[in-house]
Amino acid sequence: MSDKAVQKNTSKKKKGQWSEVWRRLRRNKMAMLGLTIISIFILLALFADVIADYDEVAIKMNTSIRLQGPSKDHILGTDELGRDIFARIIHGARVSLQVGIIAVGIAIIIGGTLGAIAGFYGGKFDNIIMRAMDIFLAIPSILLAIAIVSALGTSMLNLMIAVGISSIPSYARIVRASVLSIKDQEYIEAARAIGAKDTRIILKHIIPNSLAPIIVQGTLGVASAILSTAGLSFIGLGIQKPAPEWGAMLSSGKDFIRQSWHVTTFPGIAIMLTILSLNLLGDGLRDALDPRLKQ
Amino acid sequence: MEPILQVKDLKKYFNTPKGLLHAVDGVTFNIDKGETLGVVGESGCGKSTLGRVILHLLESTDGQIIYEGEDITKINKDKFRELRNEMQIIFQDPFSSLNPRMTVSEIIREPIIIHKTIKDKKEIEKKVSSLMDTVGLAERLANTYPHELDGGRRQRIGIARALALNPSFIVCDEPVSALDVSIQAQVLNLMQDLQKELNLTYMFITHDLSVVKHISNDILVMYLGQLVEKSDAKDLFKNPLHPYTKALLSAIPVPSLKHKRERVLLKGELTSPINPKPGCRFAQRCVYAKENCHHDNPVIEEVLPGHFVSCHYVREINNLK
Repeated sequence: MSDKAVQKNTSKKKKGQWSEVWRRLRRNKMAMLGLTIISIFILLALFADVIADYDEVAIKMNTSIRLQGPSKDHILGTDELGRDIFARIIHGARVSLQVGIIAVGIAIIIGGTLGAIAGFYGGKFDNIIMRAMDIFLAIPSILLAIAIVSALGTSMLNLMIAVGISSIPSYARIVRASVLSIKDQEYIEAARAIGAKDTRIILKHIIPNSLAPIIVQGTLGVASAILSTAGLSFIGLGIQKPAPEWGAMLSSGKDFIRQSWHVTTFPGIAIMLTILSLNLLGDGLRDALDPRLKQ
Repeated sequence: MEPILQVKDLKKYFNTPKGLLHAVDGVTFNIDKGETLGVVGESGCGKSTLGRVILHLLESTDGQIIYEGEDITKINKDKFRELRNEMQIIFQDPFSSLNPRMTVSEIIREPIIIHKTIKDKKEIEKKVSSLMDTVGLAERLANTYPHELDGGRRQRIGIARALALNPSFIVCDEPVSALDVSIQAQVLNLMQDLQKELNLTYMFITHDLSVVKHISNDILVMYLGQLVEKSDAKDLFKNPLHPYTKALLSAIPVPSLKHKRERVLLKGELTSPINPKPGCRFAQRCVYAKENCHHDNPVIEEVLPGHFVSCHYVREINNLK
């Protein structure tokens, strides 16, 4: 590397690692698009009560205006019970994003820890943990989620737990694989040579280097958790009526799809946009988090 | 002079599916304070393993390691952690031995933070910049990542990290073999300057004989986990006694047209280090080997003052009494 390039990289004042990541992320247009869309959804979800009153607009039925197309009063139209679809979507965003993020959080914390232990210590730990994960993996995750929700009862918390638990194995596998590949790197041995304890080695050396696949899987995971929630609501095990939820909206709108396209289309677009933007953001984050890819 | 490190009959065996791999098999030597011991041998002869066993990065199978009069062979992990202030290592590959997600200053700072040798944050920063200065890294590189730097600079980071705890003994595991020749000289000179300045003791592992000649006081030649010859560096290069050392030294390229030299070419393959049979391990490739070389283990003995060789026929081969 030429001296000039080194100069350029270092002439800036010292900055935190995260501002460096942010700088790199900003250059990625697709990731910024994803971030913008997801931020809009988050803002809409946060200020849902200000934009549209929950009880009055999102819940209260008004059969006189049922199945109306998009208009000035109801920009995305109304559903079969005369409720404003836009209001239901933004209130539904609350549920979806919350369930998605918390479920993935549960999965990453439990799955990641198990995977890290399995990969780092190997041997017996590895065998016990990973065989247990294999058993989990043998059950289709949506079936597992259904089983857990029906056992615990339907509530938002149980929904998060169910979706979270059912995706633990994939995180455990990913973390274990990347820990295994990093564990034998010479810098881990170097950390041992300077007297680092296991916890420090895992936290400071292994996790930062294995973060990229977890973040990508995590953003994808939020997307699939939203889908699972929508799926569970679709079959009536998720969020209970009349609370707005994207999957439930799709489910109830499907009967009117021939007469009123907008009842299913807009919740569908909301799901699609959220998932697409999370995927774009995830890809961008993976690149931004890797200092080796810095141009 | 007082030896800083004594290694007695050190063994390290690895369990492999095929059997016991004798990576280090009964190695004995001393290193005096402030000296450099060169350890040479071809790839796979156990020289890196030897360094790692001494630093407890690998557990020894048998034997004794005595550091400054204290037996540290079976010392527990936490106790040894304190000793890491004293004993450090510089790794071979400066590309893989530095965490790609840490900046230069973070890497150099880490040992200080782990051992809490300095507590005040400003003092730590001072120490880091003085270390960078010592190893010849410009201060503006403090916040760069290793991948932005060339091999020489990276190896300087590795050296600074090793020096951060003010050790007295450093295992240098082929510290220059991954570098360009021009950079090799710079790094070697730096290491020699540091040795004088800080009174360091080096155990210098390498397969590059020119390097070892340049830097060592004593040289240890290893073959398949065993010591074959040990002597003063000058002596060894002038008068190699073991057939393996002779072959090794004859392979050093000499940049001179007039120079006529005899090459001792080795034939055959390395014998497997897995469950080795008794007998001299070099016998299969040795031109002087006789019947009993294949059955009897040679013993290391002092053939000339300060010159130890492990060979049944060393006297006959070299016309010594």
